[in-house]
Amino acid sequence: MVTTEKLNLLAPGHRACPGCGAAIALRQILRVVGRETIVVSATGCVETFTSPYGQSAWEVPWMHSLFENSAAVASGVEAALEAKGEKANVVIISGDGGTFDIGMGAMSGMFERKHNITYICYDNEAYMNTGVQRSSATPYAATTTTSPAGKNSYGKMEFKKDVPAIALAHDVEYVATTSIAYPQDLMNKVKKAIGIKGPKYIQIHTPCCIGWGFDSSQTIAMGKLAAETGLVPLFEVEKGKQMVVRKIKNTKPIQEYLNKQNRFRHLAKEDKEKIMEKLQEICNDNVKRFGISE
Amino acid sequence: MLTIGAVCEAGKSRLNKTGSWRDYYPEITAKCTGCGICELFCPDSSITIIDKKCIINYDYCKGCGICANECPKTAILMKEERK
Repeated sequence: MVTTEKLNLLAPGHRACPGCGAAIALRQILRVVGRETIVVSATGCVETFTSPYGQSAWEVPWMHSLFENSAAVASGVEAALEAKGEKANVVIISGDGGTFDIGMGAMSGMFERKHNITYICYDNEAYMNTGVQRSSATPYAATTTTSPAGKNSYGKMEFKKDVPAIALAHDVEYVATTSIAYPQDLMNKVKKAIGIKGPKYIQIHTPCCIGWGFDSSQTIAMGKLAAETGLVPLFEVEKGKQMVVRKIKNTKPIQEYLNKQNRFRHLAKEDKEKIMEKLQEICNDNVKRFGISE
Repeated sequence: MLTIGAVCEAGKSRLNKTGSWRDYYPEITAKCTGCGICELFCPDSSITIIDKKCIINYDYCKGCGICANECPKTAILMKEERK
């Protein structure tokens, strides 16, 4: 009998919303890292839905402390393992809030001290677990509860923070961006990362049906569209090697992606054409900068 | 009672049967080849491939419909749940 059950290290019964992108990311990550792993998470969706007291969904050792210090806690775990002479993969799985905003300092410190840790950020582009507040990962012009679109505003007025570039500036061993819509790509990158000694950073694009406003069955489709429009470039950089980019045959216009989500619905109005053009410009820039088109 | 460090056992989330959240349920038709794409995309760990057949665990399936949407053979249909 051939069964895939043994590969599954996230138990069913966790409390994620139906169609949760972060839960898909978790399952794909855990499949590759295996049982010899210690996971540390910052506060966020993943921490909340996997760990109501007494009902943990984790099948690997897992630890949560605070919103800002997942990288510091993992550094301690890694140092303790080294002192005891034991071996395990130390992996951080934090959201964009705990990475882009609140955990930035601790993450920078972890990179700088060259700990042997894989930092994985699942990027659902806002604080979803507390009710869709904007984070610095929220894309330009998206409406959230703290950047609402209305008469005097077109949603978030700032651009997304480029954290992979910040990680690269720390001279880390491996930096990659990937998406749950491409599981093979995701699993290959995570596998590669855990095989490299030193600090690594992986950013996973995980669509959120509740926060972005689309049907729960479209989570993967939305992830694919984000990559196909060029808004989310998928690349990897190994230290000392050239950047490898996932090529897209025919990039799609950004409207196709925006029209399917409630958080961009206000852009369909006539006076918002300039904003739409700006978003298309971001995509075109990405296509040019990363050489996405074949 | 909380233990020191709030330690708890692994995989105990199985006590929480999320199948009751469901409005629609997935049904596997004969077209299924057991490729495993749905299993890779299921957020709720409720699909298993056994002997090249897709088996859904209805105790935990929340009925999101990702499996039906991503199936390359359209072998999964979403049907309304009657309780």
